[in-house]
Amino acid sequence: MTPFTTLTSVAVPILRDNVDTDAIIPSREMKSTGRTGLAEGLFAPWRYSDVAARTPDPTFELNMPEAKGGQVILGGANFGCGSSREHAVWALVEYGIRCVIAESFAPIFRANCIRNGVLPITLPRADVDALAWQEITVDLPAQMVTAGETTHSLTIEDEPRTMLLEGLDVIDLTLKALPAIEAWTDADRTARPWVYLEKTA
Amino acid sequence: MTSTGPKTLFEKIWDTHRIDTGTSGAGLVAIDRVFLHERTGAAALKSMAAAGRPVRDPARVFAVMDHIVDTRIGRGDGTLMEGGSAFITETRAAAKAAGITLFDVNDPDQGITHVISPELGIVLPGVTLVAPDSHTCTQGALGALAWGIGSSEAEHAMATGTLRIEKPKTMRVTFTGQLAPGVTAKDMALALIAAHGAGGGAGHAVEFAGEAVEALDIEARMTLCNMATEFSAMAGFIAPDAKTFEYLAGRRYAPANFEDPYWQTLSTDDGATFDTEIVIDAASLAPMVSWGTSPQHSMPIDGAVPQGPQRAHQYIDLAPGAAMLGTPIDVAFVGSCTNARLSDLRRAAALVKGHKVADSIKKAMVVPGSSSVKRAAEAEGLDTIFTEAGFEWRASGCSLCFFAGGERFPEGSRTISSTNRNFEGRQGPGIRTHIASPETVIASAVAGVIADPRELAKESAQ
Ligand code: SF4
Repeated sequence: MTPFTTLTSVAVPILRDNVDTDAIIPSREMKSTGRTGLAEGLFAPWRYSDVAARTPDPTFELNMPEAKGGQVILGGANFGCGSSREHAVWALVEYGIRCVIAESFAPIFRANCIRNGVLPITLPRADVDALAWQEITVDLPAQMVTAGETTHSLTIEDEPRTMLLEGLDVIDLTLKALPAIEAWTDADRTARPWVYLEKTA
Repeated sequence: MTSTGPKTLFEKIWDTHRIDTGTSGAGLVAIDRVFLHERTGAAALKSMAAAGRPVRDPARVFAVMDHIVDTRIGRGDGTLMEGGSAFITETRAAAKAAGITLFDVNDPDQGITHVISPELGIVLPGVTLVAPDSHTCTQGALGALAWGIGSSEAEHAMATGTLRIEKPKTMRVTFTGQLAPGVTAKDMALALIAAHGAGGGAGHAVEFAGEAVEALDIEARMTLCNMATEFSAMAGFIAPDAKTFEYLAGRRYAPANFEDPYWQTLSTDDGATFDTEIVIDAASLAPMVSWGTSPQHSMPIDGAVPQGPQRAHQYIDLAPGAAMLGTPIDVAFVGSCTNARLSDLRRAAALVKGHKVADSIKKAMVVPGSSSVKRAAEAEGLDTIFTEAGFEWRASGCSLCFFAGGERFPEGSRTISSTNRNFEGRQGPGIRTHIASPETVIASAVAGVIADPRELAKESAQ
């Protein structure tokens, strides 16, 4: 996973509430069991006026000339709600998005962002709105978002912060605690033997 | 940190599963069960295999084909979704290589993940269960902590038997009083989300409680918990009671008995406090139907469409102030992990018996939630009632709940659907979805327009 430190980019506003993962990547755009080949389907229902012909809809923010090269998108409340499909984040990453700033996030989407090097930032709605189309700098080590003269502090729990900063492979990290996990499992086998199943099939 | 003093049910399950690694950071929580389906499961298994990581305890990992599997009778690996077969064949191969239990396309136990997990006793009171599927919260109806995750987290859960997760806040939603006739668990869920928003449960693990919840049978409890994710909650669950243990007794993966004292502890202690409490008077609820493009855009069926975001009104083509009753529909669907269990189909069949689907309806379908629901329904003759009324009777799967599993309808078609999501395009490009209880789907299919199930029930009673 690519570490996240700082980035400077235009903030592209997609300021709708309840942007769901079916809108971010519709099911029909998930054409293989892999994690790639998804960028084209990103926001397909909104991005294309004719999805099959891939005709861009010029009124959709990501298609506007000033969005070119943007790595940050802005969202409203409950961003990323709906299906748990991690493809929504894979599609964003493949398209080049590294940071989403929204009023609030749906929990599975937010966790998926952190697992894929995308920084989810929660700010009050008025602050999110004010960032629209601004050139902003997101500084994770300093935990700041700057747009011109304005700065906002960025709050994120310690562990996701470290994971993003270091681009950690979380599974490796957890496997370091394997002795503790095994000790717990041994004790639990005695306490709750019914949890543990014999392989049948 | 394990808290002392009165605890909520959530805190008890959390504390039981918390692994102390001696370091700071997010909680490491033991995961008792993992469930995969072909839509997201192959990706997780393949990525683990590529990294050379085995599944730590394959006996506690299950997979099923439910999402894009064809639901037409006599199906094989072919799918209505172009390229969909690859998801099935790759999941099959990956499941075999990983040594996990797979319920394949035509396995007698095949069905929608959240329907078969309780049926087989895979989910149990007090366990942690995760699946890369947002409606995993359905299974909280059995008193489990069950929640949806992404594919990467699923890999983590399978490789380590744990997840790293921040402790959520706690919420209790209490439904006081009793539901009126014709009002169901689906209406409770929609009423909650309409009143408190699709983000209303964000950051919370939600316990459903109160007289109206206790009165629900186990299958109806699953309907209620199913929609916790539509409320943005991490999980939704209900304390297990005698009904829960009775439901689980004798199921394949359930313990031989429920005498273990652990199960008696699984309720919220008197005096325990929640971060947030919501109380809803169940007796005041009416059948609900969605008018817009988020489950929070739901309303009592006999009301007028409220003012919402312009985009939603445009997409659904209903103006503020319009009556919902009488809106013509094209497609009627009873199915999904929300409302396709045997009790749902029994209620739907009882209501449709002696009636016919209106001529104006282009497609009416009933898709059982699992293969065993299908067999049980057929043994009772429910399939005949549905087909005589003009419904198609299908094999089990997610089907029309989402576009990749179902069929295609012309843009602008309007569906009445017993599913859980009415997002733009959820059932296909330009499709306008109204979510409601199976009763409301049946009444509307018979009328050809959105109709109040209480009226049809009255008619049938005469
Ligand atoms: S029935 Fe619908 S909501 Fe349920 S698991 Fe299948 S696709 Fe998801």
